[in-house]
Amino acid sequence: MKVLVPVKRVIDYNVKARVKADGSGVDLANVKMSMNPFDEIAVEEAIRLKEKGAASEVVAVSIGVKQAAETLRTALAMGADRAILVVAADDLHTDIEPLAVAKILKAVVEAEQPGLVIAGKQAIDNDMNATGQMLAALLGWSQAAFASKLEIDGDAARVTREVDGGLQTIEVKLPAIVTADLRLNEPRYASLPNIMKAKKKPLDEKTAADYGVDVTPRLEIMSTREPEGRSAGIKVGSVDELVGKLKEAGVI
Amino acid sequence: MAVLLLGEVTNGALNRDATGKAVAALKGLGDVTVLCAGASAQAAGEAAATIEGVARVLVAEDPLYGHRLAEPAAALLVGLAGDYDHIAAPATTDAKNIMPRVAALLDVMVIPDVSAVIDASTFERPIYAGNAIQTVKSSDAKKVMTIRVASFDAAGEGGPAPVEAIAAGDNPGLSAWLNDEVAQSDRPELTSAGRVVSGGRGVGSKEQFAIIEALADKLGAAVGASRAAVDSGYAPNDWQVGQTGKVVAPELYVAIGISGAIQHLAGMKDSKVIVAINKDEEAPIFQIADYGLVGDLFTTVPELTEKL
Ligand SMILES: Cc1cc2nc3c(=O)[nH]c(=O)nc-3n(C[C@H](O)[C@H](O)[C@H](O)COP(=O)(O)OP(=O)(O)OC[C@H]3O[C@@H](n4cnc5c(N)ncnc54)[C@H](O)[C@@H]3O)c2cc1C
Ligand SMILES: Nc1ncnc2c1ncn2[C@@H]1O[C@H](COP(=O)(O)O)[C@@H](O)[C@H]1O
Repeated sequence: MKVLVPVKRVIDYNVKARVKADGSGVDLANVKMSMNPFDEIAVEEAIRLKEKGAASEVVAVSIGVKQAAETLRTALAMGADRAILVVAADDLHTDIEPLAVAKILKAVVEAEQPGLVIAGKQAIDNDMNATGQMLAALLGWSQAAFASKLEIDGDAARVTREVDGGLQTIEVKLPAIVTADLRLNEPRYASLPNIMKAKKKPLDEKTAADYGVDVTPRLEIMSTREPEGRSAGIKVGSVDELVGKLKEAGVI
Repeated sequence: MAVLLLGEVTNGALNRDATGKAVAALKGLGDVTVLCAGASAQAAGEAAATIEGVARVLVAEDPLYGHRLAEPAAALLVGLAGDYDHIAAPATTDAKNIMPRVAALLDVMVIPDVSAVIDASTFERPIYAGNAIQTVKSSDAKKVMTIRVASFDAAGEGGPAPVEAIAAGDNPGLSAWLNDEVAQSDRPELTSAGRVVSGGRGVGSKEQFAIIEALADKLGAAVGASRAAVDSGYAPNDWQVGQTGKVVAPELYVAIGISGAIQHLAGMKDSKVIVAINKDEEAPIFQIADYGLVGDLFTTVPELTEKL
């Protein structure tokens, strides 16, 4: 079974996003970019399936600017076998919407015929939490979102999902889309020899037009602003003082 | 304009708080019809009918909807979509699973986590862990969205609105429910609680988390946790507050042994009063706390619990 893993290049999770002064968006010029953390977890899970013999090949796909090739190299260094870059934007500030990403991924799935797609639960830049579910809809496949455990069993997968009330375990028919939550695994670091080897692994380059997908956004971004700030309050010197302040504030 | 709102129904019961806040967010857009689906959903439908601003309730009772699986729920919503301009749900994990599927089936973009409704096609939503607020205008014929309930006030009592049973939709037959692991608790529910006490990695172990729980119980509060506390096994996953956990905005939020990473702040910085207890006076959580106490949680928290 082939496993497809969509990986997104996003602002590094340690970097605080800064809104541009003209309100046109978040400034990404000269900002450290990395693989979306949930996608590292997805890549790790796919590699583990291969190591266990449940998967035969792991293909990483990224859609966006040319620089997303670096993100794909990271996936290859972790252990993915090959990668597909779909160039769909020139400006690094252009974000491709989940619906368009899902349409491109659908075309990639039709070409590659994977038995399983493992995406991240959420991209930490646009916080959409939508692409995997949209791809499942477009393909008419089953979906298991927010996975914290995944087991392949013949032509089905058993997935434990993180939900508001706790955990839910479901069984989905394969092929399926799974989206990775934080506790699915702890992703490995790529070793230096594997980073070197990754440079020689195949990376195909395509464009959105090759798949005939229109990536024009459906949501026009009117403005982007900073949230209302919160100023630091005071430090109290003792528990008694804290209790006094909370009484004054009327919250206890 | 007509709005279809998927009510949050779990095991036959309506989540009144989340559903009501979503109604409050949407009622300015037109008549709100609430859909309650479940293996049993009649009681939930009757509860939804008493939310102020609800014009009509549809009840779809069928075992197919008993476990909130995305594929049948999305098929049901798509079948009803023709009559509505807006199709929405409170931004719970169930809705985040279902609504993007609905949107893609309708060939529209989903608008997740709406924190303000500007007009029928313009909405605000937080991005980058709440470090930016984006205003988006949808050009789609139908708006499919989830509502960030912590940003809206509770809805009052009204109605009762008429309740009508509807037939179940198709069964896509793609997935099956096996099991739920749900912890029973007498504490208030995290996202609707007026007070929340959260513990982080500083708490050190699952056993020591009892210190956090004791303070919460004294305050009648819900218990929350940071990701680090959940990853370390000190607290269950459904207690996680943050960018990728639950979003809360209580009257009082007490963060104990939590450093204040942006991903955690994303889930709690709209709380009315924030208290931080941390032994590191440089911890970033103090930059947003109204009252900061620098000290060891193992002595200060039991003292606080005792003095309340
Ligand atoms: C993709 C992604 C998503 C994430 N989503 C979330 C999310 O939803 N929610 C979330 O919380 N995090 C999230 N995180 C993790 C986040 O970045 C931080 O790692 C996490 O919030 C840290 O948790 P913490 O504050 O408990 O731990 P730490 O940062 O380790 O802080 C522990 C604190 O405890 C204090 N302390 C230690 N001992 C004591 C003591 N005896 N008395 C008093 N204080 C003490 C220390 O001074 C320190 O400040 C996410 C990260 C990523 C990459
Ligand atoms: N441009 C993209 N390229 C590749 N994968 C993507 C892209 N956008 C989203 N994804 C995948 O979809 C997941 C969820 O993203 P989102 O729906 O944008 O929150 C991510 O974790 C990725 O696995």
